[in-house]
Amino acid sequence: MNVSYLYSLLAVIILGLIAYVGAAIGLESLFGIVIPYLAILAFLVGFVNKVLDWAKSPVPFRITTTCGQQKTLDWIKPSTIDNPTTTRGVIIRMLLEILLFRSLFRNTRVEFKGEKVSYKWVIWLWLFAIMFHYSFFVVVIRHLRFFVEPTPFFVNALETVDGMLQLGLPGLFISGATLLGATTLLLLRRILLPKMNYISRAADYFPLFLIIGIALTGIMMRYFTKVDVVKIKELTMGLASFHPGIPEGGVSALFYVHLFFVSLLVAYIPFSKLMHMGGIFLSPTRNLANNNRMKRHINPWNPKVKIHTYDEYEEDFRDKMKDAGIPVEKE
Amino acid sequence: MGDLPKPDEMYESIDHTPPEEEWEKIESPITPGRYAYPAKDKNLSIMEFRTPGEWSPADEEWPLPENWQQIIHEGFKERLEKYRSLKIFMDTCVRCGACADKCHYFIGTGDPKNMPVVRAELLRSIYRNDFTTAGKILKKLSGGRELTKEVIKEWFAYFYQCSECRRCSVFCPYGIDTAEVTMMGRELLNLLGLNINWIMEPVANCFRTGNHLGIQPQAFKEIVEFLCDDIEEITGIKINPTFNRKGAEILFITPSGDYFADPGTYTFMGYLMLFEALGLDYTLSTYASEGGNFGLFTSSDAMKKLNSKMYAEAKRLGVKWILGGECGHMWRVINQYMDTMNGPADFLEVPKSPITGTVFNNASSTKMVHITEFTADLIRHNKLKLDPSRNDKFKVTYHDSCNPARAMGLLEEPRYVINNVCNYFYEMPENTIREQTFCCGSGSGLNTEEVMDLRLRGGLPRANAVKHVHEKYGVNMLACICAIDRAAFPPLMEYWVPEVGTTGIHELVANALVMDGEKERTTDLRFEPLKEEEDEADEG
Ligand code: HEM
Ligand code: SF4
Ligand code: SF4
Repeated sequence: MNVSYLYSLLAVIILGLIAYVGAAIGLESLFGIVIPYLAILAFLVGFVNKVLDWAKSPVPFRITTTCGQQKTLDWIKPSTIDNPTTTRGVIIRMLLEILLFRSLFRNTRVEFKGEKVSYKWVIWLWLFAIMFHYSFFVVVIRHLRFFVEPTPFFVNALETVDGMLQLGLPGLFISGATLLGATTLLLLRRILLPKMNYISRAADYFPLFLIIGIALTGIMMRYFTKVDVVKIKELTMGLASFHPGIPEGGVSALFYVHLFFVSLLVAYIPFSKLMHMGGIFLSPTRNLANNNRMKRHINPWNPKVKIHTYDEYEEDFRDKMKDAGIPVEKE
Repeated sequence: MGDLPKPDEMYESIDHTPPEEEWEKIESPITPGRYAYPAKDKNLSIMEFRTPGEWSPADEEWPLPENWQQIIHEGFKERLEKYRSLKIFMDTCVRCGACADKCHYFIGTGDPKNMPVVRAELLRSIYRNDFTTAGKILKKLSGGRELTKEVIKEWFAYFYQCSECRRCSVFCPYGIDTAEVTMMGRELLNLLGLNINWIMEPVANCFRTGNHLGIQPQAFKEIVEFLCDDIEEITGIKINPTFNRKGAEILFITPSGDYFADPGTYTFMGYLMLFEALGLDYTLSTYASEGGNFGLFTSSDAMKKLNSKMYAEAKRLGVKWILGGECGHMWRVINQYMDTMNGPADFLEVPKSPITGTVFNNASSTKMVHITEFTADLIRHNKLKLDPSRNDKFKVTYHDSCNPARAMGLLEEPRYVINNVCNYFYEMPENTIREQTFCCGSGSGLNTEEVMDLRLRGGLPRANAVKHVHEKYGVNMLACICAIDRAAFPPLMEYWVPEVGTTGIHELVANALVMDGEKERTTDLRFEPLKEEEDEADEG
């Protein structure tokens, strides 16, 4: 079995320790100010660069993957979303992909059952991915409370819903628990399913462990070690208002581990597969209408190629054509 | 098919358990039965590709040019700059595995490198190493690896074990289309002169003679006349199709497979009978005597060269629009590439059926209509006299060819036609048809004898679904709208479900078509009796 996940796990543990020790020996400014700023910078520059780089390459051909009936004869009902011919159709298709992971929802698993090959509908990957992404999203939004003053109304509203279960004190946020759970499930999937294990490499495990690290340290701070939230907010507001500083009396080293993990994740995004968040918008098989026969698509580099013209062809075969009674241009 | 295992042995032997070794470490990717013979110099030179001389993929040392690494690097760079798709597909895969078991070649071989995600990783690993910041710093940790001769062998092995069917792309959350990756990979191999002859010979033939099979104009005419004799024998009606006739209203183009070998020839006869019954003003062309385009499986330039004949000939002959026959990848090219590459077709008119008056607005720019669209419209307007009972001995199922399904969305038209010309039609299971259809196992130029092992394995998912309806409903005829299918299915069915035959849709149409002045038909287009005489079971 492929155990490359151990490298990633080890890397994340070591990185966590580095931050923990670093904060304890007085490098708070490094982990609390310098690295977060660098991470944001790397993220912004990297992200913008990547997207610009993608945009620089043209889309020579309209290569829509059609997943439904085309628009042809009036009396045949076209599949306007899965095989869109209009911008509206494309937008709906894209929204369904981005918000609901529609293609992933189709997932099946092949099984050889006796003499039959069967394809069973499986939603686990879709479910874990949806849980993961939405909880991640909610957690990010909730964190706005640390960077914006006064706290935006929607953050408060979200927290009310998120804390609905009213378990424990401070109240449990569903999103945090779901994030940890879903990430763990995605990880277990990779480690335990033989095919997943076979295709997974360190670069696949690393972000998962990192996110588990983020969620774990976050949950520990909130529910167990009870860090000083007021001081943390002082630090984060300082970062957000470009007046950074380390609060008097210091914050728990656990917080620096959390922040360091987040910084790593943010900086890691543009240089890794996590760029899928941008890539999906530009994927030519999904974001183009299948209207090629109605509307000409232009290829900016459409090459001039040497073709074998009719005249050259007739040169080759004129006599044979004449003998066979096939009309020719030159008698 | 000499040394192939028995079907149940092959089936039992398929194992999807991944091997111990990581795929990066598995060497010797060249497996007998799964690689095709290399392209011959004479064909490569016609298309102006590098000519490596005589060689075999089984050779230890491959005939690579001195600076092969540089050629690949620059070729890769050029393609990244030309295709956004390539960049996006290189960067966004999260290796979620959703595509892994969607490929018929993986299902049939269990070879992990046939999982679409790994197939793409073969290229992606080089991309990371050579073109990304993370790859340059983190090397292997980011999933990169060095470009070695072994990698080239692996590309050759696995980009020619992908039929560019796009089934994987239906399931990928980002729409990553491994067919596109394969196409880029094949283009890179072409730069080194590494191609397979089963593709390069048709390409070279088509360039020179106008069709893949290298059939010269006089021979084309002879074949068609021969088929017309058969039609006369069956129906009593003499058809005289015209060739290269200027001023015809419609140019009809179909793959050369349709007039080369049965069962394609029956479909071709079907087209001619339909046109005759309608009194259609059409012509065939010897110059544009190929609908298919193996250039699609070679490079975008080769595709453009071959495709250019369609518009050029339509213009020369002064027709109003083009009608296209039953073929799969032909329609991928027409729907997704032709107008862009060789348009605008402003010398043609928006296609209008001279029989029903229907204007095909869906083809208002390419000016090319699919024959099942044309026929479905005829039937809808009651323009055909049909006797579906003449197909009663057939229990029909329908195979969606990959390209019309996933690169066009031609799903209902063929079904509508079949339902009107046959009384017994049964669908295969849901996950094996329409956009989820399975490849015949021989697409994208892989329909050659020497890869029969691969073809039978890759065709297993399709064949198994046919077997299901055969056992459940007594299906004995597999209908399709693709010339490669018509060549690939007979051996595939022979192996997995020998009781099932293969037909094109217009063969079924012509069986049912009641033509004015025809004599009473006693046989179908295959000269077989219309009714199964010895069938002792009571017909339902
Ligand atoms: C918009 C459409 C998106 C889709 C369809 C999508 C889909 C996926 C899928 C299928 C996975 C793989 C899970 C696995 O097997 O490991 C994944 C992982 C991940 N995604 Fe997304 N994602 C989207 C957007 C985003 C966004 C906006 C973010 C921003 C944070 C994001 C962050 C992540 C992270 C951090 C992972 C886990 C890393 C990993 O598995 O290696 N994704 N996503
Ligand atoms: S489905 Fe798409 S993202 Fe997932 S492994 Fe396959 S190609 Fe990669
Ligand atoms: S395009 Fe088809 S043959 Fe190629 S990897 Fe995808 S599913 Fe397999």
